Amino acid sequence: MNLEILGISVLWTFLFGYIMVGAIDFGAGFFNAYSLLTGKQRILTNVIQRYLSPVWEVTNVFLVFFFVGIIGFFPKTAFYYGTTLLVPVSFGIILLAVRGSYYAFETYGARGHKGYSFMYGLAGLLIPASLSIVLTISEGGFIEMVDGRPVLDYWVLFTSPLTWSIVVLSLSATLYISAVFLTWYANKAGDVEATGLLRKYALIWALPTIVTAGGIIFELRKHNPEHYENIQTFWPMFLISFILFIGTVYLLAKRKQYGWAFGLLGGQFAFAFFGYGASHYPYLLYPYLTLYDSFTNPAMATALIIAFILGLCLLIPSLILIMRLFLFNKDYVRGKSDHHA
Amino acid sequence: MINEEAVFYSRVLTELTLSFHILYATIGVGVPIMIMIAQWVGIKKNDEHYILLARRWARGFVITVAVGVVTGTAIGLQLSLLWPNFMELAGNVIALPLFMETFAFFFEAIFLGIYLYTWDRFENQKKHLLLLVPVAIGASFSAVFITIVNAFMNAPQGFDIVDGQLVNINPIIAMFNPAMPTKVAHVVITAYMTAAFVLAAIAAFRLLKGSDHIYHKKALYLTMKLGLVFSIAAAIIGDFSGKYLAEYQPEKLAAAEWHFETKENAELVLLGILKDEDEVKYAIKVPFGLSLLAHNNPKAEVIGLDQFPVDERPPLYIHYLFNIMVLIGMWMVVLAGWFWLGIKRGWKSVQSRWFRWLIVLGGPLSFIAIEAGWWLAEVGRQPWILRHIMRVEEAATTSGHVDLMLILFCLLYLVLGIGSVVVLRRMFRKNPVERELEDRHAERGGDVR
Repeated sequence: MNLEILGISVLWTFLFGYIMVGAIDFGAGFFNAYSLLTGKQRILTNVIQRYLSPVWEVTNVFLVFFFVGIIGFFPKTAFYYGTTLLVPVSFGIILLAVRGSYYAFETYGARGHKGYSFMYGLAGLLIPASLSIVLTISEGGFIEMVDGRPVLDYWVLFTSPLTWSIVVLSLSATLYISAVFLTWYANKAGDVEATGLLRKYALIWALPTIVTAGGIIFELRKHNPEHYENIQTFWPMFLISFILFIGTVYLLAKRKQYGWAFGLLGGQFAFAFFGYGASHYPYLLYPYLTLYDSFTNPAMATALIIAFILGLCLLIPSLILIMRLFLFNKDYVRGKSDHHA
Repeated sequence: MINEEAVFYSRVLTELTLSFHILYATIGVGVPIMIMIAQWVGIKKNDEHYILLARRWARGFVITVAVGVVTGTAIGLQLSLLWPNFMELAGNVIALPLFMETFAFFFEAIFLGIYLYTWDRFENQKKHLLLLVPVAIGASFSAVFITIVNAFMNAPQGFDIVDGQLVNINPIIAMFNPAMPTKVAHVVITAYMTAAFVLAAIAAFRLLKGSDHIYHKKALYLTMKLGLVFSIAAAIIGDFSGKYLAEYQPEKLAAAEWHFETKENAELVLLGILKDEDEVKYAIKVPFGLSLLAHNNPKAEVIGLDQFPVDERPPLYIHYLFNIMVLIGMWMVVLAGWFWLGIKRGWKSVQSRWFRWLIVLGGPLSFIAIEAGWWLAEVGRQPWILRHIMRVEEAATTSGHVDLMLILFCLLYLVLGIGSVVVLRRMFRKNPVERELEDRHAERGGDVR
């Protein structure tokens, strides 16, 4: 394995991490707002708050890690994506900023502001949509080179069915991932009502997730035939992903083993995400930028990988510690000790 | 092809984001240390007031961290969105500290989460104190790493340019550039100093507003004492920074000091205003001051602006920023020293209302000094984004939408600024320390010390 592949694998893994923890976070915000609207707040808020509070900052770091890492390993991405993504990513930043800070304001400062909760829920849904534009653009066809500068064609972008399928997928996957996780979490907390409700949401969002995911593969046939062909060579990964999906839905429907259901869901998304990523190889931005012509110099690559390994030695034990203290701590999950600062 | 308008708006937007971010980032770097010290003093003296101090600071700290994190994310992405050509070039050389900064940030985020949610989980307060160590280390080290990136922009090294291509890249040499030691030390220590004086201002304000509780007096004494130590350290490192500039970035020092002609026995220009091109009025001139400042030798030659082509000189208004920063810094040393001596000797003046108002004023003044210092450092390396390698206009985006984004971000910072102030005020108004102490005693069944 060469350094380029190693670099992109690391980054892709962190992006996957962000998508999972981010989805749980964004979806939870939406369910919280929705429960307010439908008067079911009593059921959901506790479970949601208890999971989210200690980890809200950590979620954000996964994203920072990804974008700092990609500039580090592939500096040319700054030139192509930086120039073209100003508007969509700026919207993403603003939404993230409002959402993140107002989460803290609400949790630690002033509790129970309704209008804010709706904003919070809505922003959570718009963030995946605004950030998933990056994936759309990477498929090529939306950027033109004018005078040696990349320019994004908004009209083509916003009229493309591919764009909207990816947006819909990001929304339904967010809600699906979040609902499955929270079902498991609520069940651990012994909260029967919340478990039931969240299980229902999970089943509702399972279908659109799988339908749009499949649909996107077929849209790529027209949009980017080369990518479509590559996807076919990775068909076993997508098949495994689909089987895992069936497994999750089965367990949810039978009301058992929610922990396993979430585990299978993780596997489903991992296979699909890495299958998609692998089939995108070697392009970072089709057809202008490949992994190889944008890779940083060997000295920096080595330095970054060493820093990365040392960093992980610090992070993995810390992450395990936070999970044992909160996620997998029975007393905490059940709310026996909730005395925060 | 350079898009002049995009260059201008990119500069304004970057300045706006950074100016807003550093207010929160400075607190984010400095306050964890203060919390750690308070917690430690509380354990050592077995005094619950200090423990409560740590707890209340931590609670307010979360709000500022939230804004710091999200604006930090914004500037992190804006670097690539607004300055794509710079990031493409610099990414090859300076990605390492950027990357390490995210690790420091990650580390801090994890332990801050744990710290905040385990207040009553550990019987032993010492264990709880241990959680603060990684928070403080993470916070300080993210400042260290990100300042290294900035230092690199001032003193780029660790690579060669052959036919427009970067070769012989050495990330470690790039990190340990000549600007790095003074810059990193100054940034970190002034963050501690600012945090100390801001917390002192809060304590003094509570004392002024009627509460005469011993808790606030302890807080005031602790923070002013720490403020004194950090502000003296900041002044010493500031002096080193001046010497660094004289050696490596003489145009910045010359512009900041209005030192137009290269000469020996150079005098230091304090205050004053600039008329026309190079006529200085109403200034206090300290003979030999600049030579002394620059080279520790009253007779040394100091390079003036005349050594640089006109289009490579920084704007001359940075002199005012320099004065603001230095004067506030000096004033805070005096104020903190006066307070400390006054407490030791039992002077009446330090207990008086007007003195406490001066301490209250010290909080915002410290922030002003931080802003002025950063503007001085950043504007002082104009017109370069990478000194002597890349000019600012070559680095900017060519996108035509920067002006719209500027408006949106203005609104965002307005909302975040107002939001954080309102929430912080409400948080502490509703729950004054007297009540919290009572509540805690009630919880423990009247275990009053």
